[in-house]
Amino acid sequence: MKSSAKNHGHHISQQFNAELEDVKNSMLEMGGIIEKRLGDAVTSVVESDSGLAARIIDEDDVIDTMEVQIDEECNLIIARRQPAASDLRMVLGIIKAVRDLERIGDETSKIARMAIKLSEEGEFPGGFVEFKRLGEQVSKMVNMSLDCFARYDAEAAIEVAQYDATVDNEYGSAMRSMITYMMEDPRSITRVLNVLWALRALERVGDHAKNICEHVIYVVKGMDVRHKNLDRVAEKINTES
Amino acid sequence: MNERNNKLEVEEKPAMRKIDVSSVLRQASTPEDEMASCLEVENLNLFYSRTKQALIDISLTIPKQCVTAFIGPSGCGKSSLLRCFNRMNDLVDDCVIEGKIILDGLDIYEKSIDVADLRRRVGMVFQKPNPFPKSIYENVAYGLRIQGINSKRVLDEVVERSLRSAALWDEVKDRLHDSALGMSGGQQQRLVIARTIAVEPEVLLLDEPASALDPISTLKIEELINDLKEDYTIVIVTHNMQQAARVSDFTAFMYMGNMVEFNTTDTIFTNPAEKQTEDYITGRYG
Repeated sequence: MKSSAKNHGHHISQQFNAELEDVKNSMLEMGGIIEKRLGDAVTSVVESDSGLAARIIDEDDVIDTMEVQIDEECNLIIARRQPAASDLRMVLGIIKAVRDLERIGDETSKIARMAIKLSEEGEFPGGFVEFKRLGEQVSKMVNMSLDCFARYDAEAAIEVAQYDATVDNEYGSAMRSMITYMMEDPRSITRVLNVLWALRALERVGDHAKNICEHVIYVVKGMDVRHKNLDRVAEKINTES
Repeated sequence: MNERNNKLEVEEKPAMRKIDVSSVLRQASTPEDEMASCLEVENLNLFYSRTKQALIDISLTIPKQCVTAFIGPSGCGKSSLLRCFNRMNDLVDDCVIEGKIILDGLDIYEKSIDVADLRRRVGMVFQKPNPFPKSIYENVAYGLRIQGINSKRVLDEVVERSLRSAALWDEVKDRLHDSALGMSGGQQQRLVIARTIAVEPEVLLLDEPASALDPISTLKIEELINDLKEDYTIVIVTHNMQQAARVSDFTAFMYMGNMVEFNTTDTIFTNPAEKQTEDYITGRYG
């Protein structure tokens, strides 16, 4: 039914085709940079690389500038083209996704700040394995959510969104381990708290990746699935397709 | 069929969706008990000649005191359908109409129907303002005069009320006896609307009422449509999709004589069910 959602070309106005394509590409380009920064932030913690972490923090401005620029492009499309139906959903989806991407950027900077603190404090206080695993899972989620956006794949998007529950569980169990470390050695509390903040930032990144997937479903299917039971949404999407 | 039930269902056709009445009420802001159908079209076919069929098996329900917009490319049949509602197509030679159009329980194509009375109940406004070459006052009073009403008191009252309803009173109250032809296009169009509502119709048919007007006059007409829907059922044909999106509660998309999709305007403009509708409103190749 929504083949035109997957096909943002074919407008009678070639200029409109180009504008939509450009803004989508800008968003995906921003996503690419975010993905790379997230991977680097996880590495900076794992490898205790404060130089890499400092670079990540310095480059946060790039993301903020891109956010403003893409918002501006979307504003112009709305003002000049009055998009409707799938085009309107696409522009709204991009505006929302860009906001989530920018928030992922902020969380990434937080992780980088924790990497600097942790490297200054010497030995990793524990939770290394948990952090690495969560980092991998969340990076994968971000990667796939952007992939879903690029391919307008609502079926895959719902799967990625559902995966956020696994990430939340993983975060819960990592938190329990951290509490155990703190109880065992109260002197490590400050350092363990830094790991906890980094874990918490990763968990938030997972939430934003889930949001992006929900935007994809809105763009492609016209269904607003925020705050809905995702299993039921998945069922509906699968019966439709 | 003048139903007052909870579910307003579009005629059975696989492509069409049921309309959720609660969302309709939210948009139309009409109390639930007033939500009823005004015009019902049942399996309407219209032929301009033996080989040229302009409308193909159209079925739809036009809700009372709401604005329903017909959109579609030129030649899709939207004006033909609109003209069926007050039998304007009777004036076209060789035009054959099959099916029913029911206005408040009566089939308007019954032989016993008085067409002049029907056209009083179903008023029409055209693309180009067509005031009579008379004074502003006489234009509005015309419908009543031909009904034999000549009492100055009654006419004065109706003229003022109609001009007020058409948001024109303040602009013309000091020159009611000047020629209507000296007014601006936007004023003339509102005068024509005032003339139509002076005879207290039930339905107002607007055939591209703003396409010959500038943006400000267009907005005034749109504002007027919004005010008038409290008292009248309005059906509007427009080529301007944003106008349909702004003024209507329901939108019907027509293509090559077929009713492709009929739904609440919110749904048509955010998430239409049919690809053809989507392609049309987003400006893609059909």
